[in-house]
Amino acid sequence: MKQTVVALAIMGIGLSVAQAQEMVVKLGSVAPLTGTISHLGKDNENGARLAVEDANAKGVTIGGKKVKFELMGEDDQADPRTGTTVAQRLVDAGVKGVVGHLNSGTTIPASRIYNQAGVPMISPSATNPTLTRQGYKAVFRTIANDVQQGGVLGKFIVGPLAARTVAIIDDRTAYGQGLADETEKAVKAGGGKIVAREFTNDKATDFNAILTKIRGAKPDVIFFGGMDAQGGPMLRQLKQLGVEAKFVTGDGGCSPEMIKLAGEALGANAYCSMAGLPIEKMPGGTEFRNRYKARFNQDVQIYSPYAYDAATSMINAMQAANSVEPAKYLPELKKSNFSGVTGTVAFDELGDIKDGAITMYQFKAGTWAPM
Amino acid sequence: MNELALAVPWLGKRNPQAARWLVIAIAIGAPLVAMMFGRTWVRVLDFALLYILLALGLNLVVGFAGLLDLGYIAFYAVGAYTAAFLASPHFDLHMPIWIVLPLAAFFAAMAGITLGFPVLRLRGDYLAIVTLGFGEIVRIFMNNLNYPINITNGPQGINSLDPIMLFGWDLSRNLQVTEELAVNSLFLYYYFFLACVVGSIIFIQRLQISRVGRAWAAMRDDELAAKAIGINTRNMKLLAFSLGATFGGVSGVLFGTFQGFVSPESFSLMESIAVLTMVVFGGMGNIAGAIVGAIILSALPEILRHLAVPVQQAVFGHVLLDPEVLRMLLLSLAMILMMLLRPAGLIPANAKYSHIRHLKAKGVTE
Amino acid sequence: MEIFLQQIVNGLVVGSVYALVALGYTMVYGILGLINFAHGDLVMVGALTALQTMMFLMGVAPGMSPIAMLTLSLLVAVPVCMLLAFTMERLAYRPLRNAPRLAPLITAIGVSFLLQTLAMIIWGRNYHTFPQLISTTPIQPIEGVFITPIQITIIIVSALMMAALVLLVTKTKLGRAMRATAENHRVAALMGVDTNMIIALTFVIGAALAAVAGVMFASNYGIAHYGMGFMPGLKAFTAAVLGGIGNLGGAMLGGVVLGLVESFGAGYIEHLTFGFLNSSYQDIFAFIILGLVLIFRPTGLLGERVSDRA
Repeated sequence: MKQTVVALAIMGIGLSVAQAQEMVVKLGSVAPLTGTISHLGKDNENGARLAVEDANAKGVTIGGKKVKFELMGEDDQADPRTGTTVAQRLVDAGVKGVVGHLNSGTTIPASRIYNQAGVPMISPSATNPTLTRQGYKAVFRTIANDVQQGGVLGKFIVGPLAARTVAIIDDRTAYGQGLADETEKAVKAGGGKIVAREFTNDKATDFNAILTKIRGAKPDVIFFGGMDAQGGPMLRQLKQLGVEAKFVTGDGGCSPEMIKLAGEALGANAYCSMAGLPIEKMPGGTEFRNRYKARFNQDVQIYSPYAYDAATSMINAMQAANSVEPAKYLPELKKSNFSGVTGTVAFDELGDIKDGAITMYQFKAGTWAPM
Repeated sequence: MNELALAVPWLGKRNPQAARWLVIAIAIGAPLVAMMFGRTWVRVLDFALLYILLALGLNLVVGFAGLLDLGYIAFYAVGAYTAAFLASPHFDLHMPIWIVLPLAAFFAAMAGITLGFPVLRLRGDYLAIVTLGFGEIVRIFMNNLNYPINITNGPQGINSLDPIMLFGWDLSRNLQVTEELAVNSLFLYYYFFLACVVGSIIFIQRLQISRVGRAWAAMRDDELAAKAIGINTRNMKLLAFSLGATFGGVSGVLFGTFQGFVSPESFSLMESIAVLTMVVFGGMGNIAGAIVGAIILSALPEILRHLAVPVQQAVFGHVLLDPEVLRMLLLSLAMILMMLLRPAGLIPANAKYSHIRHLKAKGVTE
Repeated sequence: MEIFLQQIVNGLVVGSVYALVALGYTMVYGILGLINFAHGDLVMVGALTALQTMMFLMGVAPGMSPIAMLTLSLLVAVPVCMLLAFTMERLAYRPLRNAPRLAPLITAIGVSFLLQTLAMIIWGRNYHTFPQLISTTPIQPIEGVFITPIQITIIIVSALMMAALVLLVTKTKLGRAMRATAENHRVAALMGVDTNMIIALTFVIGAALAAVAGVMFASNYGIAHYGMGFMPGLKAFTAAVLGGIGNLGGAMLGGVVLGLVESFGAGYIEHLTFGFLNSSYQDIFAFIILGLVLIFRPTGLLGERVSDRA
């Protein structure tokens, strides 16, 4: 007990000393940290954390004061209700900006609370087009939305892959369904034929039934809108069922995790898309991966680079405006234009990432190689 | 209110009158106190009220009538989606709450009867798994009815539900009393929800000592005996399902309009289990139990969320476990320990309402 | 035609795993009337423990033959799950044996959360690749029908384990004691049966089956995760009820039927409903079939009429 009191006292002193020297600015990060996609959630938080730590290490001065950034990481459990509670909690805590949330389903209701409080929010991973079309001024995202990405994917399938018949699977999440629908539109517009439209869910591990049905339809290409945790086993089962169609997926499956989970089933006939330029071509890309690995003792999953860029763009805007107040730095945030880990970060009038360059990758020599 | 007042430790038994005033004071003053800690807590209280409504409704089915329902959240979903259909840009309908609320209650009751009919013959755990299936069926339909015709907008959910308007007064906006003083919208919702909860409590209390309530109790305790004394158990079961569902539907509307967004993710099996846990945790068959259970279990995760980091820092000097992990750990331990220590719930139900003295006091003279 | 046959294979593989897990549910239910929600998570613990063992073995003895490695990891995973189930029963369920009926249900949900959280702390949030030690290269017994050695193994192992369990319950003294306890605790105790021990054993045997199911499930799909037990657990529970809960044969039948229904449902629903319903409804076939069966046969496919425990 005594120790505790002493520890508390020391901490208290430590804090007050720190406050005297520098200004503490809180940023929030929200993602599901429990549940089926918690590995992606933690990845998002880690990305934002790395950005904050980088800024602190570099030493940022705003308004004549040295600034120490602090990241509040919250868990929204991928549940819309928890999402709004957590959003309110961050607003109460006086965060100056929020990186999050992960899912569109939690981001949309939460964005209303951030908007009312005037706190800028940048989602590194919510791709539903609705998010930035609600008329909220302080809502951004660093990732291409479904329309942008689905369009590219569809053109890729009928263009370079020259597919005539396409089977489409989605995982019935807002992300998977949105992306699959947009891809379907683009495939049809490009003259491709949809021979099967199948569905699974984000908790499933067995896809044999739908894959068997798809095998019967003999598509040239199978497109999957969903995450790596399903995509990996799906590829294995495709192989076990003797299906030889090309496999295309979006950014949810464009991860090292996918390579790990699909194992030998992944071959040169697998493709995926990812927003931004290939990480290897970015000035800090490879370095980002290495530093991430060193700091968190695990590989980059999918969205942490986007979370990193989201947090960085806020910090940059604060420096440019020479203020940490949302109202002051928001105009600078809108004008963001810098080269981040994922490519050039600049927002259009809606808050979507500008001309979100999307790169297609092919599986080659044990890794996703940009095409 | 009486039961709740009696449940107040120490005071309840000695001075029920004072305890009753205390309960009323807490109910009215809670958001003001919560506001001192931040708006989050007012929001947590708002949701706690919604959970109270849900727990009260489920308690009708499980606690009063003895029918184990693991798919209760389906009715919540029916209510929320009714609000989304009738008062949002989705179909471009903008009906006032006075129409949406009764309609949602009606649809939910219908859903309750739809579930009730086929499962009339099932008992105990068979009932549990079929109702669980029903809950999943409803959720999966909500998730998929965007094809071939778009009805529910699928996994994308429906956005921008109309806020609640009471006599031209928008609950989602802060109420400007004078130039400087504004009442936050979260408070407005709180008191509106509180009114709904109080109304429900009064209704359920009346119901409990009515013929229906006693018939349910008889059916719950011994179905065969209940049949033998001439209770129409079929009708009583259907009534329990439909009335319970009505509460779910109403709280669904409140949830949808409060949140402004509905999507199938909110109506998962885990939510059903959460509400059931609240009822059992608090004490089944007992209004006060359902209320206390709902308050504790909806606030506990938020409190743990708040305390996880500072407490660990104070005790260990650094953060050993992530707050969300610690929260899950403590929550699951709380569920296990609570049941081990008080298997009948925090406030065990007593069958006092069947005592003749109590009935006379309530003015029931059958 | 080959698609039809392929769907049967798909259904059988999934169904065998469901059946194996369902046995654990049904045994515990038969004897205690308790829905052990945490049973599905034993599947997960089994898989992840086996994974941990394999990782260790690969580090120590890289040249070990796959079969030996699989056997060794099972030899670790099964006792771990058994021990866990024993502890669970002793600490969380036994004190509640005479409590109101729903109390143990809530405890079971609590135990399920607890296991998942602990697994998350131990093994992290990421999905793990599970080494596929038995070949996954498909063979074609009939042209166009693909089946992998691991899938064949799953079907055979499940069948063997189920047969062993049936023999245990019907032919041995222990089995007779189990049946007596299920029939009536008190009378069984009067007859000299140590009912506490029998109940604990029931949990432990169920856990062993779950551990094996977990390892097979993970090897088939090549994936393991702290949340992987929940869905199969739920499906297996449905299967147990479908077959008539408390009945061993029912659990097996229920599991296989459920597997087939899911695979045929996903494969053919679109044609049957003229495109109105599709495979997105895969998860509800189980529940719809269950509802229908129970409406016409409220005790499940093979269940006997039992007096209400409520």
